[in-house]
Amino acid sequence: MVLKVFFPSCCSSAESGILIGRWISEQNSAVVLAVVHFPFIPAQVKQYLSEVQRATKVNVSVLGSWSNSKQEKEESLSKFLEDLGTIFAHEPWIQISKEGDSKFWSCSTLQKHSNNPKEEEIILVYYDQRKVMLSHLHPPLDTATSTDHTTDDTSKLSAIFDTVARSKVLFMTDRYDDGPIKLTHWQSDGVEASIIVELLKQAAVPVCVLLTFLLSLIAGVCRSRVLKVWPLSFLWSKLSTCEQLGHRLQHLQLISSNKKAQTQAQLMRKANIFVSLLIDVALGILLMSWLYRKNRIGHLADALVPVADHVAEELQDLLQWLMGAPAGLKMNRALDQVLGRFFLYHIHLWISYIHLLSPFIEMILWYVGLSACLGLTVALCILSDIIALLTFHIYCFYVYGARLYCLKIYGLSSLWRLFRGKKWNVLRQRVDSCSYDLDQLFIGTLLFTILLFLLPTTALYYLVFTLLRLLVVIVQGVIHLLVDLIDSLPLYSIILRLCRSYRLAAGVKFRVLEQQDGKPLRLLMQINPLSYSSVVRTYRLPTYSCYPKDSWTSLCKKLFLGELIYPWKHKGEKQD
Amino acid sequence: SMEERRYRSSSGAPIALRCRQHSASCWELAVRCPRLQLRSLSAVTSAIWLAAYGLFVLSENSMVLSAAVFITLIGLIIYLHFVKIDQESLLVIGSLGVQVTSSYASGKESTTFIEMSQVKDVVINEAIYMQKVIYYLCILLQDPRDPQVVSEVVPLFQSSKPRLDCLIEVYKSCQEILEQRKTVPQSS
Repeated sequence: MVLKVFFPSCCSSAESGILIGRWISEQNSAVVLAVVHFPFIPAQVKQYLSEVQRATKVNVSVLGSWSNSKQEKEESLSKFLEDLGTIFAHEPWIQISKEGDSKFWSCSTLQKHSNNPKEEEIILVYYDQRKVMLSHLHPPLDTATSTDHTTDDTSKLSAIFDTVARSKVLFMTDRYDDGPIKLTHWQSDGVEASIIVELLKQAAVPVCVLLTFLLSLIAGVCRSRVLKVWPLSFLWSKLSTCEQLGHRLQHLQLISSNKKAQTQAQLMRKANIFVSLLIDVALGILLMSWLYRKNRIGHLADALVPVADHVAEELQDLLQWLMGAPAGLKMNRALDQVLGRFFLYHIHLWISYIHLLSPFIEMILWYVGLSACLGLTVALCILSDIIALLTFHIYCFYVYGARLYCLKIYGLSSLWRLFRGKKWNVLRQRVDSCSYDLDQLFIGTLLFTILLFLLPTTALYYLVFTLLRLLVVIVQGVIHLLVDLIDSLPLYSIILRLCRSYRLAAGVKFRVLEQQDGKPLRLLMQINPLSYSSVVRTYRLPTYSCYPKDSWTSLCKKLFLGELIYPWKHKGEKQD
Repeated sequence: SMEERRYRSSSGAPIALRCRQHSASCWELAVRCPRLQLRSLSAVTSAIWLAAYGLFVLSENSMVLSAAVFITLIGLIIYLHFVKIDQESLLVIGSLGVQVTSSYASGKESTTFIEMSQVKDVVINEAIYMQKVIYYLCILLQDPRDPQVVSEVVPLFQSSKPRLDCLIEVYKSCQEILEQRKTVPQSS
């Protein structure tokens, strides 16, 4: 069978020595982790390896010998290297030698107990140790869902990535350490560390403690009984700002908790939440500074009342149009006048209330605008809530129109059954035939006729107000979609994929290097990064909103029957 | 050892197959697709610019012309980077796996590596497409835990679409390496 040797490219220029790493017998492959240089005492090497094995749980052993000679191959050196094979008994003993600056190395194996006398083929695969150690292999989504944890089934690649990643301890000794063992690996020129990262790590601990304390205070206040009194709790559940603030509070609690992230997924989630919060607050502060410069918020408050007036005037014009002969249709005059006057009075009340509030609006808006510093998402939620409050009368009209229309439709269907001599059997949940008395039939038919001829008027009012309500719902829906997008986008993962693409690996790719006859096959193993769509799909942050569950047909059916529609339901809210 | 032979794709365009054997257990097979024709490029560009000029004459707005130039450039870049495949290659390394690479006209390469334990077989399948019967090469994947079931079919050379004679060459080289893993006993 073919023998595969995974050799780190950083050790290509190392001095002669012995190779240490892991031998994976099921795949007939050797993963070289480092080169131990001469002089060394074999007993100390064995002791060091057993220490490393205990610390990393990786089966590290001596795999073979490595000779890097500037001149021609010396006979004595090659004999010496073969003798080393007897001291560190490893089957097979791999010997790699490089002459001068030649790219083509010779590689051979010594098999003492070989049952296969044929010389087996050797493939030399170069890999970038630092990148493989830092990268995280993402299995394809269908295998990730399986719960099989047997290590035999792990793919070859994940075994190699795993080996290198878990041998972190081995890479901590560099050439400046005074130990009996001299190693060469990717960090042997000096352990990589960043002062800024270390300082941040030290500073993060007290900050996290303070933040946890503050958050527990805020959470305690929010959960207090005072705020759970009925009118207030209803208000909080209807305002999307409170939902968003609660969501962000949860996020803050998650990142300020002092539990260290166990898996890579948890670490990425914490990082994503942190970056998302940071960007959100930065954009919010930017928005706030733009609003408060040149007193734009004052202008906005001044424009608010005229806009509300304008909307009310437009609605009045619309109702006058409906009370006349809208689109050439002939309405029932009496019902038309009643409904029209009822809604007009409603609008008159609404305008009066707006005018009552108008001196306070500027101040309220000024203070509410300050809360934009909590994040752009909060500002957008406040906008959505303001729109909902300003169009409250449209919502009321929709509810009145829908209830009236719904009553009419149910009445009509029940009387239609009576017209045909049938009845709805509540016990059996089906339509049964029924014999009615003459006076029942007479009154029923009369009522049916009245309701039928009044249907166009009610239906028209219902249609107009439903369309207006749908318009408002669509506008609110777009704002919530935007908020959802900002909430769930994993910005840290996307930036990581952009700048350090080797950290998120979908797999590997091999490149065939120059070959020479008689020498082993040389391949370069590079990391194949995850595609952006997979990154977003894997690391999406969960949000509280859910998309409309009703399909188009059920929505149309509800509209036809006059049932109230709530297309954007949040998770955890009960359906009316 | 490298060889290059000319074949035709299923729509009649000339393609070239390059076979290279790096070692006894490593074959690289690359199919080069026909390049972007100058006449089709100029036809599309002139059509768009004539239409834009017509709109400009009607509307007297010079933005239409600059928009047309912009759209043509952006469209060409998108086409070269995301749509036009220059070369599709298959690298079969015995006991490691199979690597499928597509190189786009802008130089972008998209690679997928399939490990040998997941490869069940490489076969030539035939499919009925409209009025034609076309042959295509595909890799049958298996779940290593359940080797009897074919879990996925990965079609190869989808944009160059070589004909049966070219596919037979590729098939023979692949089978040469895949057979090696049957003769050598694999440790389970």
